[in-house]
Amino acid sequence: MTETAGTPILEAPQALGAHDQHMVLNMGPQHPSMHGVLRLVVEIDGEIVVRLYPEIGYLHTGIEKTCEAKFYQQVVPLTDRIDYLSPMANNLCYCLAVEKLLQLEIPEKAQWMRVLLTELTRLNSHLIWLGTHAMDIGALTVFLYCFREREDILRIFEAVAGQRMMTSYFRIGGLSMEPPLDFFDRVQGFINIFPEKIDEYSNLLTGNPIFRNRLMGVGVLSADDAVALGVTGPNMRGSGVDFDLRRDMPYSCYEKFEFKVPVATAGDCWARYEVRLAEMRESVKIIQQALDGMPEGPIKADAPKIVLPDREKMKTQMEALIHHFKIVTEGFAVPAGEVYQGIESPRGQMGYYVVSDGTAKPYRVHMRNPSFATLQAIETMAKGRMISDLVAVIGSIDIVLGEIDR
Amino acid sequence: MSAPANDLLTKAAVLEGLPDHPAIKAVLAFNPESLTDTRFDRGELTLTIAAEHIRGAAAAVKAAGYNAFEDVTAVDWFPSSPRFQVSYHILSHAHKERIRLRVMLPAEDPSVETVTSVWPGANYYEREVFDLFGIQFEGHPNLRRIMMPDDWVGHPLRKDYPVEGYR
Repeated sequence: MTETAGTPILEAPQALGAHDQHMVLNMGPQHPSMHGVLRLVVEIDGEIVVRLYPEIGYLHTGIEKTCEAKFYQQVVPLTDRIDYLSPMANNLCYCLAVEKLLQLEIPEKAQWMRVLLTELTRLNSHLIWLGTHAMDIGALTVFLYCFREREDILRIFEAVAGQRMMTSYFRIGGLSMEPPLDFFDRVQGFINIFPEKIDEYSNLLTGNPIFRNRLMGVGVLSADDAVALGVTGPNMRGSGVDFDLRRDMPYSCYEKFEFKVPVATAGDCWARYEVRLAEMRESVKIIQQALDGMPEGPIKADAPKIVLPDREKMKTQMEALIHHFKIVTEGFAVPAGEVYQGIESPRGQMGYYVVSDGTAKPYRVHMRNPSFATLQAIETMAKGRMISDLVAVIGSIDIVLGEIDR
Repeated sequence: MSAPANDLLTKAAVLEGLPDHPAIKAVLAFNPESLTDTRFDRGELTLTIAAEHIRGAAAAVKAAGYNAFEDVTAVDWFPSSPRFQVSYHILSHAHKERIRLRVMLPAEDPSVETVTSVWPGANYYEREVFDLFGIQFEGHPNLRRIMMPDDWVGHPLRKDYPVEGYR
């Protein structure tokens, strides 16, 4: 079949005459294994993938443009919507970037709370990945178990932020409010039972011969390719590159936590599965350390012109009321400059590039999202293999289309 | 590498304050004229590279250990001149450090050589900058729109493009 009008040109198109046995197949944008609105234009020879071309942009909403029309503090809710499976990681990255521009000191308790909640976010995100990945492969049971535990995490988010998914809990200068009284007990209760649950998933999958055969040796990405193509996070560590921003370039007091960075060397789907499963166990350890060592103190920076005052103060003190009015109506000016803040999100290295021109609205906000770069490597991983392996690859690299298209 | 405590805001101050920085040394060894400005601000090092030398400078810093390409994006400084700033963020796994390369481009026919030959991971990012800012990357293997539809008119992230689009 030849390419028809409207089909995007494959990269480096070859003479069609030689390929009259090949078929061009569109997977997506609506497809059960696509993890969002992704379209893959696949050239196949029988069932073998010859070439592969991701067509993205279906979810492009122009968030970067929208940011330029908002005050700095109004951008925080937008960052939730980029990656709807790990909102706290996006909140954190944006807040850290703006705080770096402002040179703002964040109280210790706020930093520890941020670590605790971003690690819960990591669990949340990895649970969705595990459930959907296993479901793509045909192991339906795990999906329901993962969503059962995810529900517990979402309840904790709801308790602390009032929202299950679009939390917007981190604010420039700290947190939006004190965590509720039973918050730490709830988190403790959750992580007491969670390691057993990881064992449960592992029991269902790790020894399962179908699952093993579908993943082992499939979608191999070498360490050099991973770094060259900008693949980061668990996908890169599955290829044997031992680098994690939390350990190597710590932010938000990660240097005070002890944890291992799981690395696997095979670079196939199975290695990525092992790395993520081990990462969940490490996250539990970090959360435990955060609970044990949670410092006392304020949760907001002492910067009345940037951080909204407490409700009580606002009702009783004239100055607080003025500050509140000023921040809400005029925002706050941020000194001119440009910063890039990178963090280790559940999917890899996330970065926010914020440029200020000295006014109350960001001049430019750019998000470097890990899935966008990971998608570049999909052809390398899936080429020369069966279509069904392509489904395993898409599941194993854990992409979210919201953050690819923004 | 010990970072200086204060910001170094001019080229002379950076060259004096960070004499042994591997990226600066690599760029100066490649071509002293390619480095038009540097700045060390808020713990981040920015090297401004003359546009015609970007590929060579990129290869030089890559050889100096800045192996992991992270990001390319642009800033539109409309109506000032030069109008476009292209920012490359490069991470070094060995030095555990990130640098920013910066290229300034004019408003008319902004064009710069691609760095995909140095870091293949720049492919999608340069396409995104092309799509949303209209900056050409010479030698790019597949410079097509990536976010917007192929028949879209205009480049949405330019400052003269209204937030709600053309009416």
